[in-house]
Amino acid sequence: MIKYIVRRLLYLIPVLLGVSFIIFVLFNLVSGDPTAVLLGKNATARQMADLREQLGLNKPLFDQYLDVVKSAFTFDFGHSWATKQEIKEMILQGAYPSLCLSLPAFVIATILSLIISLVVAFYRGKGIDLTVRVLCIAGQSISALAYILFFQYFFAYKMGWFEISGFEFGFPDFVPFVALPAIIFILLSLGPDVRFFRTVILDEIYQDYVRTARAKGLGEIPILLKHVLRNALIPIITYVVIQIPTLILGALLLENFFSIPGLGGITLNALNSSDFPVIKAMAILSSVLYIILSLLTDVLYTIADPRVKLK
Amino acid sequence: MKENSLWKDAFKRLIQDKMALFSVVIVAAYSLIAILAATGLIASDWANEVGGANLPPSSEHLFGTDMFGRSVFAKVIRGTQIAMSVGLATSLIAIPIGVFLGALAGYFGGWVDDFITWLYTTFSSIPNIMLLISITMILGKGIFAVYIALGATSWVTLCRLIRGEVMKHKEREYVQAAGAIGGGHFRKLFLHILPNVTHIVIINTSLQFQFAIKSEVILSYLGLGVQGEPSWGTMIDDAKLELSRGVWWQLAAATTAMFLVVLAFNLLGDALRDSLDPKLKGK
Repeated sequence: MIKYIVRRLLYLIPVLLGVSFIIFVLFNLVSGDPTAVLLGKNATARQMADLREQLGLNKPLFDQYLDVVKSAFTFDFGHSWATKQEIKEMILQGAYPSLCLSLPAFVIATILSLIISLVVAFYRGKGIDLTVRVLCIAGQSISALAYILFFQYFFAYKMGWFEISGFEFGFPDFVPFVALPAIIFILLSLGPDVRFFRTVILDEIYQDYVRTARAKGLGEIPILLKHVLRNALIPIITYVVIQIPTLILGALLLENFFSIPGLGGITLNALNSSDFPVIKAMAILSSVLYIILSLLTDVLYTIADPRVKLK
Repeated sequence: MKENSLWKDAFKRLIQDKMALFSVVIVAAYSLIAILAATGLIASDWANEVGGANLPPSSEHLFGTDMFGRSVFAKVIRGTQIAMSVGLATSLIAIPIGVFLGALAGYFGGWVDDFITWLYTTFSSIPNIMLLISITMILGKGIFAVYIALGATSWVTLCRLIRGEVMKHKEREYVQAAGAIGGGHFRKLFLHILPNVTHIVIINTSLQFQFAIKSEVILSYLGLGVQGEPSWGTMIDDAKLELSRGVWWQLAAATTAMFLVVLAFNLLGDALRDSLDPKLKGK
């Protein structure tokens, strides 16, 4: 077990170097010289050279690449071009509102989808199964933007049930602000989640061990909960855990529409002001999170299914 | 007894399925509209004022007019062209890369496989939306950047699928037989194995299209997509401010146009899987 984790940890190094390389190529090689944009058109050559020095653009390319790699470990991303704030600070501030919205919504959406897909699998082939499938496909085909616009207009603006936008820190205070975006988040997740879970569960239901369980007289519900769910757990874990890195930005559009000052909002503001270091920091941060979580899923596999060989 | 070929058989099963037939018709209609718009035969005058500002839908203006008095109908058609072109361009970038790398990795194994696996693990480690945003921002806003960004993110899934399938096939008897009569690696891989995994490409393309269309709409909404031309995303962006003034038709038109085609590609993907996957044959 330990050996396996160490081996997986070692494999993270080339992946992390690769991710840093892509980000380095994009932001340091392709993006061009930002000093002209930053200083405006009246900048002197002297000012531009000073700024280049300050931003570390005079360093050899290999050193610039090493800086990207280093920032993946230290989370020291420098300063924002637009607000001049330290990016690490900005991220720490933004994480709280983001998680207030996405974490509860994600947990509820996952549990709800799992329950729905178990019910649907129980009634497979019947009317309710077909209805849910049609609703999922149709629901997934509507743009997320349309959901957000309509819900915000109807439930917050017209009916006045929720806050239209904004955010307040502190536990009960943020609830009215995140309630509606959280509901939309859940609705948006239901379609793909239920479809995926249903397929995975149905894949198991036709296996021989299920027939055996039925033959020995076990009821359909214990079969589903004890045997099928247990065996379907591996793809489900992968699917769920891999979504977590997008959670910190996940609600990108929702945060934008509801003016929640989270990481998604920071990313989109940075986008509008061409604030490259912030986008770069968010790309590195979310990738590092993804890499760590994919390691975690591999470890969870061995707990969910002892048959997984730790070669 | 006459044996039908796999493709004939699959086609037969596909058109027997009413849902699939419906989606094929929708996709064909959208493609036709896109081609006609691209060649300038229809909706080339979308930028002209055709009436007053923000007129609701009527017999004269089918989907109403926008704030500059332009026909929303014509804008939806231009948007269709953009959306379909993004789907097409993304597929043209992603399929050759995905198939080629996936086939090499699955067939040769060893260090080739290690390298290609590392490559797609690396690409998939950057969350899609961040990679899309970064690439479009750096290449400069515009439709071309959207093509590249979506192409660069979507070859990964295909590569992984093809790799797995080629791995299964390379030990089969027919490949051994091809080797026994003197076929080289490339002959075995490209002439014998690849035709047997094309169904994956076809199913994937259908799902790829709907992903590309949805992403284009979001990128355009964020201001990163097509510039100076209507896209469903920019139409939805306009609607953000219009909705509180009761102007709902631009949002409705863009959303419906997108809904139909994404739904069709979703259904088509499922139907293609059912009809092309040999494992499901006869079920």
